[in-house]
Amino acid sequence: MLALLLLLLPLAATADSDKDGEKEALPFSDLTFPEPARHYSAEQKCVQPVEEMRKNHMNYILHQRDETVHRGIRTRRYALEECVNCHTAQDDKGEYVPINAPDQFCYSCHSYASVKIDCFQCHATKPVRPSTLNTPEADATDSTEKLSNDIRQLLASEGQAQ
Amino acid sequence: MSESSKLADAARRNFLARAGVAAGAAAVAPGVFLSTSTAHARPADEPVSSEKRWGILVDTTKCASDCNDCVTACENENGWGSSEPNSDAAQKAHWIRSVTIKNKATGFAKTLPMMCQHCETPPCVDVCPTGASFRRADGIVLVDKHICIGCRYCMMACPYKARSFVHEDLHDQKPWAPRGKGTVESCTMCDHRVDKGQIPACVEACSADNHNALIFGDLYDENSEISQALKAKDSVELRADLGLNTGVRYRGI
Repeated sequence: MLALLLLLLPLAATADSDKDGEKEALPFSDLTFPEPARHYSAEQKCVQPVEEMRKNHMNYILHQRDETVHRGIRTRRYALEECVNCHTAQDDKGEYVPINAPDQFCYSCHSYASVKIDCFQCHATKPVRPSTLNTPEADATDSTEKLSNDIRQLLASEGQAQ
Repeated sequence: MSESSKLADAARRNFLARAGVAAGAAAVAPGVFLSTSTAHARPADEPVSSEKRWGILVDTTKCASDCNDCVTACENENGWGSSEPNSDAAQKAHWIRSVTIKNKATGFAKTLPMMCQHCETPPCVDVCPTGASFRRADGIVLVDKHICIGCRYCMMACPYKARSFVHEDLHDQKPWAPRGKGTVESCTMCDHRVDKGQIPACVEACSADNHNALIFGDLYDENSEISQALKAKDSVELRADLGLNTGVRYRGI
C-alpha cells in the first residue's frame, strides 16, 4: 500500500503543477489543422487513396500538365479542372466560392504548410462545365497512372533488393 | 541518392523502356500506316501525332469589311475579350484580329482575320530562351505558360504580330484556356476543341453565319476539305519570302 502511494506521488505532483499553469505550452501547440470547406463525400472518392493524394497530388498534376500541354493527352482523371470541380464549395446562396479563397480546399492547407502556389493565377477557380470523371473517357487507364504504378513497383523492388 | 532524384530516374528509365518498345513495334510492320479520319476524335489518352498537320484556309473574298464574327467567337471561347480593363489597345490580348489591308496604288482594300499562322519553322520557337514556345507534333504552335517567363522575345520575332502579353491580374478564366499575368499568349487553333475532334471556334462561327470564309482541316490528308480547296484554287502564305511554311493560308489577297 505504501509502495503504491510512493508510485503515485510524482503523478499527483505533476497534476498539481499543471493546475497552477507552471508548465509552459509547447510552441505553436495552439495551431490547429484547418478544416477546409468541402462538398465531396465518402461515396465520391478521390482519384487515388486520400493518403496518397495528400502526399503526392502535386506529382500527378505536374505530370498531367505536361502530357496535356505538349502531347495533347486529355484524360480527365488527374486534370486540375476535375480537382476544382470536386473540391470547391458553395456559399449560402449556392454560388461557388473560388477554390483559392483563404478558407477553401487548396489554400487552407497550403497556407498552413507555407506553400505558395500560383496555379490559380491562370487556371479557373470555379467549376464551369460538368465533371466527366466516372465516364469511360476518364476511367481509361492513362499514362499518368501507368507511370505512377511503374514508379511504385520499381521502388518496391529496389527496397526488396537492399 | 535522394528520394526525389530516385523517383525522377525511375520515371526516366521507364519512359525510355516504353519508348524502346514503341519504336520496336513500329519497326515490325514497315509500310503499314494507321490513320483515322478527321471525323473520329483521337482517344483522350493518345498523344498528338505528326501524321496530321492542322491548317486553316482563309478565303478573304468571302470576308465582309464590317464582319467580326470570328474575333467575337474566339473572345467568347477563350475568354480574352474584355479581361484587361487597365491595359491600352496596344497592350490588350489579340489572339485573332481583323486587319484591313489597302493597295495604295489602286485603293483596293481588303479585310481579313489575322492570327498565329502556325508556321512549320516558327521564329517564336527559335528565339524562346526557356522552351516555353513550342510546336506540337500536329503543327499547332503553342506557349507552355508554365515555362514562359514573360521575356517577350517571341513577340519580337513573330512577323505576324500574332502574340500578346498579359499585363494584369485576370479572374474567371475558362478551364480549357488558362491565361495569366506575365505570360505570352496567342491563337491555340482551339487545341482543346481539336483534340476532341471539333473545329476551332472561329471556323465554326464563320460557317454558322454561312460566310464559309474559313476552312479547317488536316493538310497532310489529301482528301480533306482544306487539301482539296488548296489544290483547286490558288492561295498564298503571308510573308512567303520568309519560308516559314505556315499552316494558315489566304486566298484573294
